[in-house]
Amino acid sequence: MSIPLSWYLALSAALFSIGVFGVLSRRNAVGVLMGVELMLNAVNINLVSFWHYGAFGASTGLAFALIVIAIAAAEAAVGLALIISVYRRRKTVVVEDINLMKF
Amino acid sequence: MFPDASQIVFVLTALLIVVSAFQCVTVRNLVHAALWLISTFAGMAVLFVLLNAGFLALVQVVVYIGAISILVIFAIMLTRRVMQDASAQTNSNWYVAAGIAGVMFIATLYLLQLPDALTLGASSLVPGFSSAPLPQPAEFIDAAAFNTATLSNLGLALSSPDHYLLPLLLVGALLAVAMVGSINIARDDKERE
Repeated sequence: MSIPLSWYLALSAALFSIGVFGVLSRRNAVGVLMGVELMLNAVNINLVSFWHYGAFGASTGLAFALIVIAIAAAEAAVGLALIISVYRRRKTVVVEDINLMKF
Repeated sequence: MFPDASQIVFVLTALLIVVSAFQCVTVRNLVHAALWLISTFAGMAVLFVLLNAGFLALVQVVVYIGAISILVIFAIMLTRRVMQDASAQTNSNWYVAAGIAGVMFIATLYLLQLPDALTLGASSLVPGFSSAPLPQPAEFIDAAAFNTATLSNLGLALSSPDHYLLPLLLVGALLAVAMVGSINIARDDKERE
């Protein structure tokens, strides 16, 4: 008797929804990026749990999760660099005020 | 039926993850939010251990708790003075965001409880994947041997041209380009000439 796959998927759905809420509701751009990190982590739970319950011996899920982690690191670095650059020029990190490219 | 040890650990970890993630997106002070984010990452590492992916748990600790959270905390501290406690931390449409997130969660749970949800009717297309109860790796092989086999399989798969060598190299190139690009973006304009 052990943990059913659906528990992991439900937890992943909850984490993803919380991340979506964070991305949509935060005013601070760093907070938005933290929401994106939560969503990427939810995806990783899905990948690894499907790997664990899938075919024995294959390492596809692990390889995908590693690639997702690497891309999350790249995304965090570029996003935070953009935020610092915007802050240096415009003295704000509020997403609503960063509207230079908006009609 | 009585819950066994792994189920109890799972429920406790899931509670930790959900509570920390919720605090992370709702708490006012961003430094506190970053600490809650680190707590979520730690819970994820426990989850990876539960899933027999020990290597990934290690990577989670090193990359997420070690690197990404430090980046986030640095960014918070470099942009600190702007919105400390004066203004609202959520925008005016936060209840719409809560509605979208709630509907998404409930819809996902609904899809999950459909009888064919976990196979999407494609059980014959995916080898080794069926709606019947699956064999638990931890039950028919002892955990240490399983982890060693998993790790060496992963290493072979990542270094063989037939599997994931090309994606691995591409990810490395992407990471290098992203780092150079972010240094260039974040550099002070006065140093440039």
